[in-house]
Amino acid sequence: MKKQLQLIVFGSLLGFSIVHAQENAGLVLPAGFKAQLFAENIGQARHIAITQSGVMFAKLNYPNKKGQSIIRLEDKDKDGLAENITGWANYGGTGIYIRGDNLYASSDDAVYQYKLDANDEVLNASAPNTIIQGLLSRRQHASKSITLDPKGNIYVNIGAYSNACQEKDRTPGSKGMMPCPILDSAGGVWKFDGLKTNQTYVDGKRYATGLRNVIGLDWNTTSNSLFVTQHGRDQLNSFFPALYTNEQNAELPGETMYEVKEGDDCGWPYIYYDPIQKKKIVSPEYGGDGKKEGGNNALDPIVAFPAHMAPMSLLFYKGDQFPAKYKDGAFIAFHGSWNRAPLPQEGYFVAFIPFKGGKPSGDWEIFANGFSGLPADTKVANPRNAKARPCGLAESADGALYVSDDSKGAIFKITFNK
Amino acid sequence: MRKKLVVCLLLLVGVHFAQAQNGIIGEKVYKTKCLVCHQADGGGVPNLNAPLDGATNVVGNDIARLVKIIRYGYNERVALDGYYYSNAMTPNPALTTTEIAAVLNYIRNSWSNKAPSVTIAQVQKLLKKK
Repeated sequence: MKKQLQLIVFGSLLGFSIVHAQENAGLVLPAGFKAQLFAENIGQARHIAITQSGVMFAKLNYPNKKGQSIIRLEDKDKDGLAENITGWANYGGTGIYIRGDNLYASSDDAVYQYKLDANDEVLNASAPNTIIQGLLSRRQHASKSITLDPKGNIYVNIGAYSNACQEKDRTPGSKGMMPCPILDSAGGVWKFDGLKTNQTYVDGKRYATGLRNVIGLDWNTTSNSLFVTQHGRDQLNSFFPALYTNEQNAELPGETMYEVKEGDDCGWPYIYYDPIQKKKIVSPEYGGDGKKEGGNNALDPIVAFPAHMAPMSLLFYKGDQFPAKYKDGAFIAFHGSWNRAPLPQEGYFVAFIPFKGGKPSGDWEIFANGFSGLPADTKVANPRNAKARPCGLAESADGALYVSDDSKGAIFKITFNK
Repeated sequence: MRKKLVVCLLLLVGVHFAQAQNGIIGEKVYKTKCLVCHQADGGGVPNLNAPLDGATNVVGNDIARLVKIIRYGYNERVALDGYYYSNAMTPNPALTTTEIAAVLNYIRNSWSNKAPSVTIAQVQKLLKKK
């Protein structure tokens, strides 16, 4: 402590301590990458999207004091900081997506479409088209993430309003329901027409099922298929202490990435993916013992990450600004865990996994770390200690990567200089 | 006089001992039943699991509601200090009245929280009322 203080005092005298603390906005990045704060304190910024000309839109979890939940951020003087910040839309939510001059945004039960003009200003702020309405929103896993395919179909995550489809949610001894009645209207990804208005469940199609809660999803244009990242179930040790230790719960189940085609089933709630045994294991609510395998018809994950890290966004990088290894690869924003407690938490970073021909071509790695604001190598003990929690990802036309934080609402801009 | 003093001392030690026991039970219950969601610092998890530290209703006077939430769980949308928390609270049917009182005193007087003590008799009475 005393030594640290001496260093700070010494550093201040030399005048570099403040500059040093702010270098790369506090992020730790691979060599050659730089980060800066594009914006700060805009509110709980969930997903973000960016237009061809570089105007960003962020969806807030709660409307701000001005009653705005879609925030428009523009960096007119191109200094890397948004100085022109405006907004509208008085509903909280997560999803935001831009296709041409259409801006899509979701509340927890609907998807709206706005029109942008030539300057990327919204034309119908108070009168959007309602694309989809009446989606199930029962508090837990209620946020709706959205993405479009090249044909203009929109994919919407409808998270399961449950941890493991027990008769009584998160209650020890309560059995898993068979079949799980949640799956008819939630626990999967639904497909709708991206341009038709006033669609409800009957107009859409359950595209993939058995997904507890997908927050990150993106269309891969190489494989021409949808990729999703699932939040795995919680609390194996809390409800089944005879089967799982705290240490085992901290590593189970894996957070999984799937490539889903129409009709696929990823197995929730009947099974979970064990990344250590590399097997689909029957959930204890359905008679599992931590070893019994199941889910013969369920998809295998394409990647399994450590447990509970909460993947919030998935983005396939299309740009040329970053080195060649990043081209077509996947960035994943990890919110950071809570259910590893009493063990230290994990996540709170952006990961990268290289892809070739629409398939992973190597192991995942940490790309951007340090969002928590804690000293290097210090794990987050309690989620609220993290200064920032990565949530949204967006790529600008010039290949810069933006990361939003839904704690206080920072937007980080990451660039690479050759 | 001397006898009186000894009795007094014994009583004092007894009360302190009971309080200390209560504190130990409260901490133990917290660590085994509550910590995983509400976290070691009582900070909860933003948007998912409600914080206990600094939460107005945790240090508030509505003990009946707190007792009910601990015993029977909680699965409703409710705002706490301006935010919503989406995860269902697990019921704790096996906790005794002593344990409920102890854990209440623990969460009401840990971290930055400071609130009047809850007695076992109070919890007993509230649970009988239902």
